[in-house]
Amino acid sequence: MTDNELIWRIAGGSGDGIASTSQNFAKALMRSGLNVFTHRHYPSRIRGGHTYTEIRASADPVKSRGDGYNFLLALGDSFARNPKEGSVYGNEEIKPLSENLDELREGGVIIYDSGLLDASEIENFDERVEENNWHVYDLDLRTMAREQGREVMRNTAGVGATCALAGIELEWIEDLMTEAMPEKILEPNLEILHNAYEMVNEEYDVDAHDIKVPEGSHDEEQVLLSGSDSIAYGSLDEGCRFIAGYPMTPWTEVFTIMSQNLPEVGGISEQVEDEIAAAALAVGASHAGAKAMSGSSGGGFALMSEPLGLAEMTETPVVLIEAMRAGPSTGMPTKPEQADLEHVLYTSQGDSQRVVFAPGTVEEAYTQTRKAFKIAYEYQIPAIVLYDQKLGGELMNVPASVFDEEPNPSLGSTLTEAELEDAPHDESGKYSRFQHDVEDGVSPRSIPGQKGGHYLATGNEHTPEGHIAESPENRVAQMDRREQKLEAIHEELASQDEGHQTYHGPDEATYGLMTFGSSQGTVEEAVDVLNDQGYSVKSLGVSDMAPYPVEEVTEFIESVDEVLVVEMNASAQFRGLTQKELGQYGEKLSSLLKYNGNPFEPADIVEGFVTTIVEDEELTGIETKYVPAAGD
Amino acid sequence: MSAFSAIGEGREVEQEDYTPDLEPQATWCPGCGDFGVLKALKGAAQELGKSPEEMLLCTGIGCSGKLNSYFDSYGFHTIHGRSLPVARAAKLANPGIEVIAAGGDGDGYGIGGNHFMHSARENHDMTYIVFNNEIFGLTKGQTSPTSPKGHKSKTQPHGSAKEPLRPLSLSLTSGASYIARTAAVNPNQAKEIIVEAMEHDGFAHVDFLTQCPTWNKDARQYVPYIDVNDSDDYEFDRTDRREAADMMAETEEALHEGKVLTGRYYVDESRPSYGEEKRSIGEMPEEPLAERYFDDSYEWERSADLFLDKHK
Ligand SMILES: Cc1ncc(C[n+]2csc(CCOP(=O)(O)OP(=O)(O)O)c2C)c(N)n1
Ligand code: SF4
Ligand SMILES: [Mg+2]
Repeated sequence: MTDNELIWRIAGGSGDGIASTSQNFAKALMRSGLNVFTHRHYPSRIRGGHTYTEIRASADPVKSRGDGYNFLLALGDSFARNPKEGSVYGNEEIKPLSENLDELREGGVIIYDSGLLDASEIENFDERVEENNWHVYDLDLRTMAREQGREVMRNTAGVGATCALAGIELEWIEDLMTEAMPEKILEPNLEILHNAYEMVNEEYDVDAHDIKVPEGSHDEEQVLLSGSDSIAYGSLDEGCRFIAGYPMTPWTEVFTIMSQNLPEVGGISEQVEDEIAAAALAVGASHAGAKAMSGSSGGGFALMSEPLGLAEMTETPVVLIEAMRAGPSTGMPTKPEQADLEHVLYTSQGDSQRVVFAPGTVEEAYTQTRKAFKIAYEYQIPAIVLYDQKLGGELMNVPASVFDEEPNPSLGSTLTEAELEDAPHDESGKYSRFQHDVEDGVSPRSIPGQKGGHYLATGNEHTPEGHIAESPENRVAQMDRREQKLEAIHEELASQDEGHQTYHGPDEATYGLMTFGSSQGTVEEAVDVLNDQGYSVKSLGVSDMAPYPVEEVTEFIESVDEVLVVEMNASAQFRGLTQKELGQYGEKLSSLLKYNGNPFEPADIVEGFVTTIVEDEELTGIETKYVPAAGD
Repeated sequence: MSAFSAIGEGREVEQEDYTPDLEPQATWCPGCGDFGVLKALKGAAQELGKSPEEMLLCTGIGCSGKLNSYFDSYGFHTIHGRSLPVARAAKLANPGIEVIAAGGDGDGYGIGGNHFMHSARENHDMTYIVFNNEIFGLTKGQTSPTSPKGHKSKTQPHGSAKEPLRPLSLSLTSGASYIARTAAVNPNQAKEIIVEAMEHDGFAHVDFLTQCPTWNKDARQYVPYIDVNDSDDYEFDRTDRREAADMMAETEEALHEGKVLTGRYYVDESRPSYGEEKRSIGEMPEEPLAERYFDDSYEWERSADLFLDKHK
């Protein structure tokens, strides 16, 4: 948490290039030595509709969106609907300005495009400006862009004006534009950038406000990427060369990155007819000797339920990615939520087993995706990486050295032809692929085409050779062996040097905050604020959803008086899982939930904690909801 | 050296090599047409000199899906309707293996119909055998997508109100490049057709009429059958899509009037298989992907070297 930060929000319409403009801006600030974190808000619509991206930049580490923001660049929405009064969506034209005022901090800066936005359409605009001590710059960005090039270049004019007002050196932006833009549009864009910058410097007192970009420096080289990038790179570095998928927001990002990069490394990407096929293809490719993955978001993942069970029963390694978005059903496709936890843990019939990791940060998305592949191929079990629209789309800087790792193309517990010669076979020469008594329950596999390795893989219960069988003795032996793999995985995860769980705050604390997956960074920032305010709080971000890290979580809960469990859903799924796994502490765990389509801000958690845990008061407002501990 | 030395080994094989020890006698009902598929497949595989260890047989769920239990090779008995996507990916990942998918009419034309359409469209280099008994066998005789209109079953007590699906026509419009129909009662033709299907470089679809004496007494035994390629009564060019379409339509209609027409209906040798198409646009490696994981000298690429620069 930091006092000296710039949180720049660029708002406009979908399809107006907000994403690319903001990405360049974020990278420029990173290169200037700052830590950056972006937060996206966009509708499920291609052209038009209010969208914004926030870029938080500070010399200190930033792990979350901030509390509100302090610098608005409001552009027009080229595709805005402008319906009659009283319609559901209201007048969209003014939204880039009107929708973004509530969260703008006192003393903040507003630049708006007076060529497209008319502030007089907003009720009490001038009063609000005065009350909040906002500094407003109404600039005709549209005309500036038109004079030099094309109207769509008004984003660039806005960036030029931002640089003048926030004290950002233009060369950071110029470099990026030069790298990113084709020659033809580069010249006019650079000209627009300069003109806007100079015009603002000449005509306005740029020091009338104190929202300025901080100065910082990095100890080592940084890269700016998202959780989706990390998941894709983790997969590639584990030797994954096969992906099958079907587009669905927000999973599409990982699928796209993989599809674009795989040809370069001799891999195969398949966009197929549906998600049942997608998961089945991943299973087929893995069975035939490739490292393979698939994935989807809630609805598509539901279709994968049966192939997932098939992978479990046939002990075919596979990695599936689940990108959560707000549900149920189609829900809110572009909004983040963490409500598919139970879906992912429990989907598919029978006593099925899988491994599920929910990384908390961009860096963890890389390391835990790699671990998911290792476990999947070593233990012949599906491993799922569970993340969400938030982690998938947020860009943040991480040291480039995080990715400076050796590749691991190992197929895990797979035999070569030479090894197969000494392996057990039945009388007709079938390889005993599913032996009963093997270490850690793992019976090594063979690959079609290998001499001496043929066997039958089947979703039915089967004998060591793969024959369909229903004898009680064999059934129990095979079930127990498959269960044993999970115990072995649990042990391996518990014994690794750097566990997947992330602790933050003082070792000794009175209270605990617990969360899973992508809310981790925000919870950690809230912990810092709370400690600064004199409360004694620490946090635990859990990534291992299955097998669950019972010992670590027990120790954490034992070490504090009370725990507030923070998660982005309405039914407290992570708290429920924790209680189920631990079988106790019902009276010690309460919940802070948010499911309105926006991720937590640190202040939501600070306020939620102080109001409910410390002051024992009711939470009011619609942002979050408190669910007390059992017996409260 | 290949990590998969069974591939292309070309050793002498006998039909016995495809018979597993466990159950020398399959458990299908006496008189079941499924025996005919097993026999034809063994005959074809032997004739082509395919070793059981270079073959991957992927099946769905149904009486038909049990084929895997009685045919010894690498096998993947998948789930209901999903043999094709599993088989397809196996072929892409490990293109040297001989991939065969098989399942029932419910499995392939009903629950897995979408995969059938798309696998045919993509023209994967594999053979797909549909055991068409015009019934759900394993679940005890319910109406299937190919059951004739009016067919009574426990779940359609007043007779099916639906026209049956036309498997050959569907296959053609979907894009299969080899389409044939044979019948269990015609073992020689069945074996020849499966040989051709396996040799064909593309998606070869064999609609295999398999009588189910237990649940589908209406359908008789699919005799007498007529081979449309041999009979003087039928004249058409099987490399011509339009003529093939007409012959298929006639065949599908004739079946429920008691006339069993079989043979090769459509053959397109010129269309590249999906693997070739993908390789030609640089989206599939020249060397089999699966080999790479066994190649100790392969230099595995790192994202840090290839992809990180654009994030700096
Ligand atoms: C998802 C799913 N739905 C239903 C079933 C039950 N089921 C098993 S086989 C079958 C139909 C079998 O008919 P067909 O595919 O024609 O094969 P046949 O037994 O006739 O060879 C059904 C409905 C299943 N196993 N899985
Ligand atoms: S029920 Fe019909 S299809 Fe199944 S084994 Fe018996 S005869 Fe064959
Ligand atoms: Mg059937």
